[in-house]
Amino acid sequence: MSYSVTEPSSRQKWIAGALVILYALITMAPLVWIMMTSFKTPPDSISYPPKVFYQPSLEGYVNLFTTRTRVSPERLAELPPPTNFAEEIVRNRDMVIAGPSKFGGRFLNSVIIGFGSTFLSIFLGTLAAYAFSRFKIPLADDLLFFILSTRMMPPIAVAIPIFLMYRKLGLTDTHLGMILLYTAVNISLAVWLLKGFIDEIPREYEEAALIDGYTRFQAFYKVVLPQAATGIASTAIFCLIFAWNEYAFAVLLTSGTAQTAPPFIPTIIGVGGLDWPAIAAGATLFLLPVMIFTVMLRKHLLRGITFGAVRK
Amino acid sequence: MAQIVIKNLRKDFGDFTAVKESSFTIEDGEFFMLLGPSGCGKTTTLRMIAGLELPSSGEIFLDGEEISQKPPSKRDIAFVFQMFALYPHMNVRKNISYPLASQGMKRRDIKAKVAEVSKILGIEDMLDRPVGGLSGGDRQRVALGRAIVREPKAFMMDEPLGALDAEFREHMSEELRALHDRMGATTVYVTHDQLEAMQMGDKIVVMNNAVVEQFGTPRDIYDKPATVFVADFIGSPSMNFLPFNGSVLPDQTSIQLGQQVVDVPRQLAQASGELILGIRPEHISLSDKGIVRGQVLAVEYLGTTQIVVLSTDYGELKARVDASLPVTVGEHIGLTFNASTITLFDKVSGRAIRSTLNDGVFPHG
Repeated sequence: MSYSVTEPSSRQKWIAGALVILYALITMAPLVWIMMTSFKTPPDSISYPPKVFYQPSLEGYVNLFTTRTRVSPERLAELPPPTNFAEEIVRNRDMVIAGPSKFGGRFLNSVIIGFGSTFLSIFLGTLAAYAFSRFKIPLADDLLFFILSTRMMPPIAVAIPIFLMYRKLGLTDTHLGMILLYTAVNISLAVWLLKGFIDEIPREYEEAALIDGYTRFQAFYKVVLPQAATGIASTAIFCLIFAWNEYAFAVLLTSGTAQTAPPFIPTIIGVGGLDWPAIAAGATLFLLPVMIFTVMLRKHLLRGITFGAVRK
Repeated sequence: MAQIVIKNLRKDFGDFTAVKESSFTIEDGEFFMLLGPSGCGKTTTLRMIAGLELPSSGEIFLDGEEISQKPPSKRDIAFVFQMFALYPHMNVRKNISYPLASQGMKRRDIKAKVAEVSKILGIEDMLDRPVGGLSGGDRQRVALGRAIVREPKAFMMDEPLGALDAEFREHMSEELRALHDRMGATTVYVTHDQLEAMQMGDKIVVMNNAVVEQFGTPRDIYDKPATVFVADFIGSPSMNFLPFNGSVLPDQTSIQLGQQVVDVPRQLAQASGELILGIRPEHISLSDKGIVRGQVLAVEYLGTTQIVVLSTDYGELKARVDASLPVTVGEHIGLTFNASTITLFDKVSGRAIRSTLNDGVFPHG
């Protein structure tokens, strides 16, 4: 049998594979449970012992997107027959749909604030990282350290000053306020990560473009950016995940117009206790954008997090 | 096509001076070599001509126009990088056509131009391939294609053969020289390889420690070195140096080397104190009547010639003699010097002392 130092044997591969699958199962179990719960009826969701096999229902999703009122059986009987599946589900619980819930708006807020702050972090971070990487900036090391130092404490430690500042500036409960806040937190990560990526791109590419008749900005845009795509993609994922999942500031600074999904989802209250399927449905839908975004960019992410580890 | 004049060019990086007040002229159509050990300022000089570095002071004239502060895109100079710097996200065709696209040339014209250039370089069949999979030589050709496609006033090449295998380098250097002869464009070429410089260049500038040591044709630089550094750097094995104490006066035709009188070219200047006699290995012959005696330490057989390493009163000397000459290690032998090729140097300043041999070879600094 041939023996190689670098190529693992089939037994090693088998063990490694098994470990990875086991780890994946453990980490995915809560997600799977949330998704399962989102398709249960409220009684199924709180039954004991927990049900693994059940009759799937869309009640959670219907409850998530609607507000409902209870009506008397006599009044219910007088109504014309239900026109869609949602109404049918609701009437089985002696209720009628009163209108849409706030979830759609909150979800949209999350999208605007999450992607907005990610875009802004990446935009500013790339320009700053390029400048730090390529130009002689006075006190560059100190500036970089200063930028990093904003991450040396948990952001929530400055919650009170930020709360007061935002109240003074009228940024409380605004999209702009939340985008600026998340950008401020993410920018240090973006600058540092992207600087590493841009440092790895040989200057000769830009110099070649300068010689070929392009301006410094064109060289940056046409030559450096495509090369940095991997780094930008993985940095964007990190920024988006933070902004998307952020809970504490969202609770503190938003209540209405700019409230994001994380503080909203736990407040979904059903009749006679928490409406677990609706909460689970909200969580499931909330997971999807980041999941899709990550899957779309996962090639870059994989290359991104090992980038620079090996000198090519 | 253009003449390039460098006047008192200087570049400081903080406290470090990369290039000290250099001046030289590159004539139209010349294949011009910037030669020196690493860190001597040759690449910085090249980058200043191309506009990738701005000089701290001094002037660069391209066809009479002062360009030292212009951005590279406005200079009409092409640059070939050591690592080729082909755009990795584009295929061969896009790489070559990239400089034309920036000029806003019509698509049809670009296509014709790229076809023409790729035919010259023999890379027509790989135009649609990504640059990532190309061999070193093909990358080199694509980089050359990108440079010549826009017909610039001058080419700058920064050790373009440095990244190639030794075997292929030879072939590529011939190709480069042939390409230059065909296009007749002014080319400035940086190298640390003295053989490459001698082989390809019409003229050579030898730099060391940010200073231009000498500027001239390969023959002048080899036969009439202006400084000890040039004499030592050019030639393999390098020139032999025999230190002695003495003095020379104008019109003197011999010097006192220890107990011996050695003929030298007629001297034109005066010097005294610690001096050095420099002679190339091929100008030393072995004979029993020799003025300097030595013992053979080693013999390096090179086919047509052999290098004889000798221990003498003046240190180790190397002589290049015919391979057929029988030489055995350990034997004592006399050495004769070809008088007309000897250069005397002042040890303190490191400069050659003016004689009829090197008169007119202006030392630079």
